[in-house]
Amino acid sequence: MKTKQTTKTTYHIPIGPIHPALKEPVAFEFEIDGERIVDVDVSLGHVHRTVEWTATKRNPIQILYLAERICGICSYCHPTAFALAVENIANIEVPERAEYLRVIQAELERICSHILWAGVAAHEIGFDSVLFLTWQIREKVLDLTEYLTGNRITKGIITIGGVRRDITKEHHPKIFETLNYLKDNFEKLRKVYLDDKTFRMRAQGCGILTKEDALKLCAVGPTARGSGVKKDVRVDQAYFSCADLDIECITPDVLTGEVNGDVYDRIIVRLLEVKQAIDLIEQCIDKMPAGDIVSEPKVAKVLATLKKASGEGIGRMEAPRGEVIHYVKLVEGEEYPFTWKVRAPTYNNIMPWVPMLIGEQIADIPIVAASTDPCMSCTNRVAIVDSGKKYELNKEELHRLSVEKTRRLMA
Amino acid sequence: MADKKRFTPEEIVKSFKDEFKAKIKNTRIERRTKGPSKHEFVHIWMKVDKSIFKDSVKHLATLQKYPHLAVASGNDLGKTIELIYHFSIYYGVPLGEISINISVELPKSKPEIETICDIIPGALITEREKQEMLGVTIKGIPDSRRVFLTDDFPEGVYPWRKDETGPQKLIRNLHEVKK
Repeated sequence: MKTKQTTKTTYHIPIGPIHPALKEPVAFEFEIDGERIVDVDVSLGHVHRTVEWTATKRNPIQILYLAERICGICSYCHPTAFALAVENIANIEVPERAEYLRVIQAELERICSHILWAGVAAHEIGFDSVLFLTWQIREKVLDLTEYLTGNRITKGIITIGGVRRDITKEHHPKIFETLNYLKDNFEKLRKVYLDDKTFRMRAQGCGILTKEDALKLCAVGPTARGSGVKKDVRVDQAYFSCADLDIECITPDVLTGEVNGDVYDRIIVRLLEVKQAIDLIEQCIDKMPAGDIVSEPKVAKVLATLKKASGEGIGRMEAPRGEVIHYVKLVEGEEYPFTWKVRAPTYNNIMPWVPMLIGEQIADIPIVAASTDPCMSCTNRVAIVDSGKKYELNKEELHRLSVEKTRRLMA
Repeated sequence: MADKKRFTPEEIVKSFKDEFKAKIKNTRIERRTKGPSKHEFVHIWMKVDKSIFKDSVKHLATLQKYPHLAVASGNDLGKTIELIYHFSIYYGVPLGEISINISVELPKSKPEIETICDIIPGALITEREKQEMLGVTIKGIPDSRRVFLTDDFPEGVYPWRKDETGPQKLIRNLHEVKK
């Protein structure tokens, strides 16, 4: 008797280049077996704007403002990493006070970024009331950023050799008011994210990245720390005044005593880092010595020094999403840098997506993809190609699947 | 990780020199201090011969099981193409991390280098980027597709090159465009 031959087929689902979980365009191609993801392919480059090439036609001070526009959320760390690299090459000493001011700005950005992410993560699983709550809190921090730097997003605060605006005694009441507001609301956030039953159901055991994989695939930032890899540039390598502050690398076992490397662990790491950032700002204000805020306030003089400088250097700092590293090569007599290479943290967190997503369900894609906090944007549509027939899943549809899964789990 | 003895920067450079003799050149230990208490951080730079590049990464992996590869950057130096791999080791130790930058020069006539994806799987994206941006060939790369450039980007144009294969032809200066 002839047995009917069955071949197991899998579906291919392209997601992106524009997607709700991704705040920047990136395209995925998923291989799906039923509801399970079997394989993932990521393609990048949809917003390649040749920033690095443009920089070879700009002088270092102009590059600071160009670097700021690489990313809207990390608008502080890119110019800072560039400044650090240039300072290393030209041997520019930064005044002590400026080192503390730089930490304050970096931590403010971390709070904004992590709270923004927390809102997006809540939205991904259909918890929109929490999205509004977190963004309301973030608004206060943005107000403080505006108060201290003059701008909410592109702050223009960093310069080569220091910072451009001081924080004086008059600023203190507003800073402490905002920090106290954050502390009051932190408990509320902690309850929602860590104790809520729905959150735990969606986040625990989902999107697991093992420590081994995190190390092999060179993951950085909260993604690596969520898997128990102790890696934080602030702790590992002294930059700014971080070595003088009481700062520890946060891994999820601090709170729960164990590391699973799932979405929940990455939530823990980010939440605790918000608390850590509040603490660091307080420490900085407390310890900050009086003095200059920039080594050379005259821009023309800085540029003249840099024109004479020659050599190559790297600048590394811990951005909200992980290590950011810039490589700069300056040639003597040239106004513009010879090479500038920017490496944003998401670059290294692309590969860890693959082990995270394999084995998960379609409805888990948004939350897992969002859990690395990719620097990316909002979905148009997903097309499911099913043996020649083409279905299109739009953003709302995918979001609905995710929300429905939450409802199913709650029932 | 913690089970092995941690080397000082000098010992790291010495271990490389002992292993590869004259094929390691231009070693430089860059020390800088930061912050009010003048804590030191170290960047090690070295240039290796292309024949021992892969062995030098293997040697680095003996110092720490998983050296962290941040990124590889590259320069067009005229006759040669320079690739610089930025590693860091001893992370997780407060203030103990050391950055190691290994550079390797490839002749433009035959810009080929071996992949290190088998030692550090996370190197894939940066290797793919070097292929499309600098026109080097990574031998044995598991996935040789483009990563940032679009598929319709012309072949034989490499955006990071500064010679005739560079992107000059593709550039339109707005001030030169006639209305």
